[in-house]
Amino acid sequence: MKKLSARRRHPLAALVVLLFALAATGGLYAAFAPAGSAKADTSPQQSLAIAEGKKLFATGCSSCHGLEGQGTSDGPSLVGVGSAAVDFQVGTGRMPAQQPGPQVEKHKVIYSQSEIDQLAAYVATFGPGPSVPSKDQYSTTDPSAVAAGGELFRTNCAQCHNFAGEGGALSEGKFAPSLKGVSAKHIYEAMLTGPQNMPSFPDTTMPEKQKQEIVAFVTHTTSGDNPNYGGLGLGRLGPVTEGLFGWIFALGALIGVAIWIAARTTKAKKS
Amino acid sequence: MSSQDNMSEEHLPEAAEPHGTGLSVKDDPFADPGLPPHEPRRTDVDERAARRAERQVALLFVVSMLATVAFLVSYAVIDNSKTIYVWPFGHVLQMNFVLGLTLGVALFCIGAGAVHWARTLMSDEEHPSERHPIEADPDVRAKVLADFKQGAEESGFGRRKLIRNTMFGALGLLPLSALWLFRDLGPLPTTKLEHTAWSKGKLLVNMNTDQPLKASDIQTGSLTFAKPQGVEESDEDFQEVMAKAALMIVRIAPEDIKSRQSAEWGYEGVLAYSKICTHVGCPISLYEQQTHHVLCPCHQSTFDLSDAGKVIFGPAGHPLPQLRISVNSQGYLEALGDFTKPVGPGYWERSA
Repeated sequence: MKKLSARRRHPLAALVVLLFALAATGGLYAAFAPAGSAKADTSPQQSLAIAEGKKLFATGCSSCHGLEGQGTSDGPSLVGVGSAAVDFQVGTGRMPAQQPGPQVEKHKVIYSQSEIDQLAAYVATFGPGPSVPSKDQYSTTDPSAVAAGGELFRTNCAQCHNFAGEGGALSEGKFAPSLKGVSAKHIYEAMLTGPQNMPSFPDTTMPEKQKQEIVAFVTHTTSGDNPNYGGLGLGRLGPVTEGLFGWIFALGALIGVAIWIAARTTKAKKS
Repeated sequence: MSSQDNMSEEHLPEAAEPHGTGLSVKDDPFADPGLPPHEPRRTDVDERAARRAERQVALLFVVSMLATVAFLVSYAVIDNSKTIYVWPFGHVLQMNFVLGLTLGVALFCIGAGAVHWARTLMSDEEHPSERHPIEADPDVRAKVLADFKQGAEESGFGRRKLIRNTMFGALGLLPLSALWLFRDLGPLPTTKLEHTAWSKGKLLVNMNTDQPLKASDIQTGSLTFAKPQGVEESDEDFQEVMAKAALMIVRIAPEDIKSRQSAEWGYEGVLAYSKICTHVGCPISLYEQQTHHVLCPCHQSTFDLSDAGKVIFGPAGHPLPQLRISVNSQGYLEALGDFTKPVGPGYWERSA
């Protein structure tokens, strides 16, 4: 104890105390905070976030979605989309949309995560909707999750996103994007909320555990370290690229060899 | 030092005369020009060039041998769970990569050696061989015909009609035994293609959770796949049954449903459609929740689920069949009967 008090005037003492205090607050919050509950948080911080979010919304979103999020001819209503939809759309840079088109694409993220949280808190007040998942909702340590997720992925997702999550074309310029490099949270939120033309997979038809398994499979399959055991993956797009590659390169090489076999040999001639 | 300098001039022949039966082009522009004159290759006239070509061929064969040995060794030595990064393939299994590479080199070098050998050292002189009529000469033909007639006479084939007719009978009946086996391709499907495993009162069971679905489980904009109650994945004929019974369930806001029949056949906007494309039977479930379109990945047929599964694009000839559903007393979704139209692609006997 004596040792500790002797150092109380050390220049870094204040910093250490501050770090301890922060860790203790964070730990207590994590221990007592209700995980993933959808009930409205009425704490002062939350009302502050909602107030800040309202300002951000009025500046950045209301021109298309309306001042109360009721929707206009330029943008859909946000009543009942929940904070998860905001976290996905703004967190992947899809919103604010740059221009109308068949599909709003991924862009550079414009808002900081704290601003996104404030926006999400405000939009969540429009009506009850799915809230941003916590880490233990979208991650799992179960080693069998990848295999189970693969089966679920092929039943529910592979028709649009391709069996390896490479994405694919839909009608009239729309497409299912590649899942490569998408964070676990955003994959989970997309399944929960059904952004744009993607259908949603609510907990009532696909329980949280199955979503976790799908996230585990997608993360595993699209990771750059996941080997292509057979060699050249060719984008893992299936028979189209494989056929094209075969016709162009394999047949090209065979034609080259055939030309070599049949070509006239160099003749010895007097110059 | 270019190979041209290497050539011993004294070995080179004088300009060669054309050989073969060519005619002068001046007289008849369509005449057979015959074979071009044979010219010797460098290796034909220069012993040093020939020896060099020989060494090249041998080198290719030796490379093939080394590659085969490398194949044998790497199969025994390499840890078959180790992956390596190879540009441009990315991360590949080391063993697969090395085995493929060595076997490829071994095979290619044998072929390349043989081709190089043929091109440089084997004789490249062309020897035309004229075609002759394949018909036998009249004497031989006359003898064969006479022999045949004599044989037919001696066998009594024309005279002993009993033998002849029973032999024809035996030979004619025998192929029936082969044809008879085809009856196992039957029986004819009769009305099998018009019915699925759905029937009145069967609950809609979620493919993900294996639990019966309630109407309240299906949210607007969601997509769910279902199977009929009582069909288990462990069943022997599961795939066969699901090939016709596969179902997708969507929920569309009632004001967005264009067809009144669609709305009536659903339950509060919950609509159930066959998952099998009516063009050639691909499973379709590329559902766009804002447009309510379902796209078939095989030939881009597009169906509007808000309008009784109408074909709005592509080669499909029939709308996507909708299953009539309702809820039972406990709130579970149930079928009100089978599909009223055959699911999947058209067929000859299809009535509508």
